[in-house]
Amino acid sequence: MTSLKLALVGAPNSGKTTLFNGLTGGLAKTANYSGVTVETRSGHFKTPIGVDVEVMDLPGIYGLEAHSVDERVAVDAIAGNIEGKTPPDALVVVVDAAHLRTHLHTVLQMKTLGKPIILALNMIDLAERDGVKLDIDALEKEVGVPVVTTRATRSAGRQSLLKVIDDQIQNLKSQQSQIPQQKVDIKQLQSEARAIANKVVLFEPVMNKVTRNIDKVVLHPVGGIVTLFVILFFMFQAVFSWATPFMDLIEVSAEALGNGVAAVIPDGLFQDLIVEGVIAGVGSVVVFLPQIIILFCFILLLDASGYMARAAFVMDEAMMRVGLNGRAFIPLLSSFACAIPGVMAARTIENEKDRLTTIMVAPLMTCSARIPVYVLIIGAFFSNDQVWGPIRLQGLVMFGLYLAGIVSAILVAFVLKKTATKGPSQPLIMELPTYKVPQPRDFFLGLWSRVWAFLKRAGTIIFATSVILWALVTFPLRDEPELRTSIAGKIGSVIEPIFAPIGFNLEMVISLIPGMAAREVAVSVLGTVYAIEGGEENTEGLSAALQNAWSLPTALAFLAWFVYAPQCFATLATVRRETNSWKWTLMMTAYLFGLAYAVSGITYWVAKGAGL
Amino acid sequence: MTLNELKKGAVARVAGFSENESGQSTVSKLREIGFAEGDEVELLYTGLFGGTPLSFRLNRTMIALRKGEASLIKIIPENKAAA
Repeated sequence: MTSLKLALVGAPNSGKTTLFNGLTGGLAKTANYSGVTVETRSGHFKTPIGVDVEVMDLPGIYGLEAHSVDERVAVDAIAGNIEGKTPPDALVVVVDAAHLRTHLHTVLQMKTLGKPIILALNMIDLAERDGVKLDIDALEKEVGVPVVTTRATRSAGRQSLLKVIDDQIQNLKSQQSQIPQQKVDIKQLQSEARAIANKVVLFEPVMNKVTRNIDKVVLHPVGGIVTLFVILFFMFQAVFSWATPFMDLIEVSAEALGNGVAAVIPDGLFQDLIVEGVIAGVGSVVVFLPQIIILFCFILLLDASGYMARAAFVMDEAMMRVGLNGRAFIPLLSSFACAIPGVMAARTIENEKDRLTTIMVAPLMTCSARIPVYVLIIGAFFSNDQVWGPIRLQGLVMFGLYLAGIVSAILVAFVLKKTATKGPSQPLIMELPTYKVPQPRDFFLGLWSRVWAFLKRAGTIIFATSVILWALVTFPLRDEPELRTSIAGKIGSVIEPIFAPIGFNLEMVISLIPGMAAREVAVSVLGTVYAIEGGEENTEGLSAALQNAWSLPTALAFLAWFVYAPQCFATLATVRRETNSWKWTLMMTAYLFGLAYAVSGITYWVAKGAGL
Repeated sequence: MTLNELKKGAVARVAGFSENESGQSTVSKLREIGFAEGDEVELLYTGLFGGTPLSFRLNRTMIALRKGEASLIKIIPENKAAA
């Protein structure tokens, strides 16, 4: 049977990923994080005559001069410079049909590589709807490669590509026969491309009207800032209010499961382990799944609709003032979901110093793992009173915590750019894509991969830490379930004095340590610790237990700690890998610890002084 | 005249690029994203303070630049009103 290795190459926003998902059904080997295609994903599909095609989706590139780490990956993959990976037999160069004139030189540049090429004029339906008229036959003749028009979203719109692969299979496999050309001057390529465009673009209206009209508001000097803040604010309100019924359902189910299990398994240590360790521990984290789903829905939709680049544009001015580029806003926004994809997405930043600065502040963006901690504490200590219109106090506090992270990130970036990562400001050159209706397939595939990642964490790291922690608070076996006499209590007692000045009690200190494995574990730890302390009488749930045990200044200090709290180990490991430096990794850990300690302390004493 | 001097809503054509030694790496990036001699450009939106960043229409594509990058692109104004 014939097999073929293809790579999808093209500019960012050319619809490569939608085409890839359509061709492969979304079954890909590596994860695709929000914001950018950070890793090369590969999948398989079969053509009508049975050619087995392996296809790679590469990060977006405009040419062969890689400026960022991300573009380097794409160029190396095409050229076969990645160790252990065979280079593709042929390239499918994907161009947004609506922007053919501007991007045609990219196709000519890919041609200089000497590999067989298929030119896919993608999203042809949208271009035609705009009124763009192209002479496809002339384009094929002028460029000298097979040209197909594709509608990445419909399977019928991909048939032409499959047919060309079948028709051209001999040519596509004959890579040895072609010799790469000498490096061609881009100016010359552009003038060739423009000459071709003048022949094949029969008619093109000035611009997509919808995009132009939306941008009148979204890119308006004042309206743009207002829009961004309204979107962010609405997003955090939604995370709180829409998720509640689902969270209640999960909570009730977990409790019913615990009771059911308790009825089946005889009383004793094993029942304790399952009910208090596993079900209570894992359940207290899984309950936040609805909120995480809502947050990711927003991030995915903002990204797919084309708004994300506008957000970067609106933020550029503020980012410039701290010495960063508006583009750094995109990895930072991804960090609201999780710092790991954020740190990895920083690869798209061309300047090394800017990339380091972005990585260093990414953990200050409130990741979704912190949501469980915030929700628990806010829910226990703040009423959900209406403040103004649909705005409620709990949502407002949550927004304040996110804002605290953002402001801190700006200040830290400012200090870094004045000291450790000093350097000239980098150029901003960024395409603002035409607005699009997000594709359901891309959306659900993206959402599923993130939900799956969360559930996998719940099933592995969180499960394991829940069990270990249960053991640490249960043993040595004793008559009085006093926390201080357990193993965890003894460990906690040693470091308790360090945290006493900032108002942290023993239970909080114990929750901080496994919190390093995964943030949300802090919640399950508190759940386990107070469940064991409370024993049989503790029926009002964790939130009531906290209200009894903590003062408001203590709760506020704990929230402040989590705004800065050093990252989970997984993030630190990612930072180590992406910076390839222990120095930067240790510096990040140290500054986050320092800030967390200082700000918690200040919060505690100010709140106490104010008589809260 | 350079692109940063373009008035909002005015249309121009790209005439060339700065030959300044220090700007060449940025010029090659500008070319890669699509700016080329003869292309139609129009200033669409600017930031709130200090007029940066700037967003342009390049043919039918929208591109965001800062003033510094825009100043590397030489333009000839067109007498045509924006569509």
